[in-house]
Amino acid sequence: MAATITPLLEYSGGTLAREQVGLWRDGLRRLRRNRLALAAMVYLILLAIVCIVSLFWTPYKPNVVNTCPTYSLPGTPGHPLGCDELGRDTLSRLMVGSQISLAIGLITAAIVMVVGVGVGLLIGYLRGVVDAIFALVINVFYGVPPIMVALVLYVLLGPGVINIIIAIAATTWMDMARLVRGQTLSIREREYVEAARAGGARTRTILLTHIFPNALGPIIVQTTYVVPAAILTAAFFSFLGFGVPAPQADWGGMAQEGFSPLLSGFDPYMLLFPAIALSVTLLAFNFLGDGLRDAFDPRQRR
Amino acid sequence: MAFAMSGPVLEVKNLSTSFFTDDGEVKAVRDVSFDLAPGETLGIVGESGCGKSVTALSILGLVPRPGRVVEGEILFRGIDLLTIGRDELRQIRGRDIAMIFQDPLSSLNPVHRIGFQVEEAMRAHDKVPRAEVRPRGLDLLQRVHVPDASRRVRNYPHQFSGGMRQRVMIAMGLSNRPEILIADEPTTALDVTVQAQILQLLRDLNRDLGTSIILITHNLGVVAGLCTRVVVMYAGEIVEQGSTEQIFDSPQHPYTWALLRSLPRIDADRHERLRSIEGLPPDLIAPPPGCKFNPRCPFRLERCFSEAPELVRVGDGQAAACWVTMRRAYAEMGAATLTDTRPGSASGVRPPSSAAAGAEAAEGGSRPEPEAGDGG
Repeated sequence: MAATITPLLEYSGGTLAREQVGLWRDGLRRLRRNRLALAAMVYLILLAIVCIVSLFWTPYKPNVVNTCPTYSLPGTPGHPLGCDELGRDTLSRLMVGSQISLAIGLITAAIVMVVGVGVGLLIGYLRGVVDAIFALVINVFYGVPPIMVALVLYVLLGPGVINIIIAIAATTWMDMARLVRGQTLSIREREYVEAARAGGARTRTILLTHIFPNALGPIIVQTTYVVPAAILTAAFFSFLGFGVPAPQADWGGMAQEGFSPLLSGFDPYMLLFPAIALSVTLLAFNFLGDGLRDAFDPRQRR
Repeated sequence: MAFAMSGPVLEVKNLSTSFFTDDGEVKAVRDVSFDLAPGETLGIVGESGCGKSVTALSILGLVPRPGRVVEGEILFRGIDLLTIGRDELRQIRGRDIAMIFQDPLSSLNPVHRIGFQVEEAMRAHDKVPRAEVRPRGLDLLQRVHVPDASRRVRNYPHQFSGGMRQRVMIAMGLSNRPEILIADEPTTALDVTVQAQILQLLRDLNRDLGTSIILITHNLGVVAGLCTRVVVMYAGEIVEQGSTEQIFDSPQHPYTWALLRSLPRIDADRHERLRSIEGLPPDLIAPPPGCKFNPRCPFRLERCFSEAPELVRVGDGQAAACWVTMRRAYAEMGAATLTDTRPGSASGVRPPSSAAAGAEAAEGGSRPEPEAGDGG
């Protein structure tokens, strides 16, 4: 036996509580332990890099025709993913297509978050008449299908990415508003909110520093659901032919271009690659959403 | 105001607060009046649901829906808090009148650091200059004896024990140097040794800073340890008030007397049982006519069933709302040796016009009084 006993824990005269890391650092540390979410994050970072790179460089210009024989198969020298019906390089178009998908997904989610959280916090906190009016408004919006808004905007304003974003945001903000309203209704009755009110906190402070951060978990989950849903809806619009305007490469449009060759007996690659890109991206956002929900739940922190 | 320095810092006059529920108007607080002098520590005691907390929330204008103050005045430095605007009232909350709550576990926001929350209480008002907010927050935490405060400000509430969180709440309450601190059951969620520490802390702060304290509790021991004056509430009304000595040494209302008998005493005969108060507080939608304590009072008289007693002076600075008062109960009804505390046991008075047998059965079961045809 050694003469001296080394204490297992160094007691520094202060508290035994671990030095506190910040909310975000702690969340990220926990996120890193979640393999699926980590893989999703790595994929999305790669996708973001591809997206940024494609702004400046692609193997071929995405809209230049006849870079190779039409319907070249994957593996054609210089064209690892082959070419489409106009002889445009599929890899280049796939890279550029990520811009549209990410832009639509993130911008829509941002709009939905601002509008939905704002409306939800207000009606949940104020209740009464405001709440009743917005309940009606929300129900009216639920009755409007996104595709109708998209069609109307297409007819009125012509094709355009902004119109797609408006159409999707206008028909998905209500879920967020309802969710945040419910959270607010429950959190506003918590004792720390009453304590803040008793301490003379302004309504704005109560909403933003007391209620909002405590509702953040569900908001993040809902947001990460909005991103893939928006990407999918936008791709669906493009597939139907009134989405992203023509020469611009986007995954939905590419899938649509690959659909008719498939019917006429050509190989499925033109449909396959954008479809894979789309599905993996959607999956990644969903996995990341689950991971974030677990990571930022304060009740699970040690 | 001329009297601002010498007069009471808070005057509650004829305060009535009701909750308008689907079942009817719940009269939670009725015609409550009391004063609070600068630097005074006032205890408000009573059973659960007797209107203590609603009184406090009424002062701060925080009565939750569907409740509201229906009558009365709450004068803070001569200003009626019930008539001023919402933003003025918000400014007074936390700055001039602060409140700490029963459960320190849930009164701190779990997602913010302790330091931030203490500072936020100051940022809500402009009383403390911006540059002083941070050092003052640290100073306050040290003053309420949070050990190693400079490190602990970076902790989250879940890393604090219950007693430490209540200290943080007190630090937050004191951060704007309020004139009045309302403590609503500040020690109920804590164990006894921590209770003693928190009371000592409140006592020191009252002495050092001169902050008036309104202590709301059902625990008479806590009142004895901190307060100089006591208000006893029952069924939304004040039934007795006086100095702590008067209330403890010569309670005049049977309810106060019964409350004191339900306390364990260190000098009691060890075989003596603790006396509970028979029955339950009345339904506040349809309270019994006359004195609201009559269904539970061993000393009740006939008039207790028909006439509601007013708060009358029974001693120097002591007042009680009772037709009997304990002075008479001791002299005429043998209250000193009373062991049977069932309603009417000492006076032998039964509820009027209800059949003797029925009343007997109801009282034996220690239930609230049957209302059958009281007609008063």
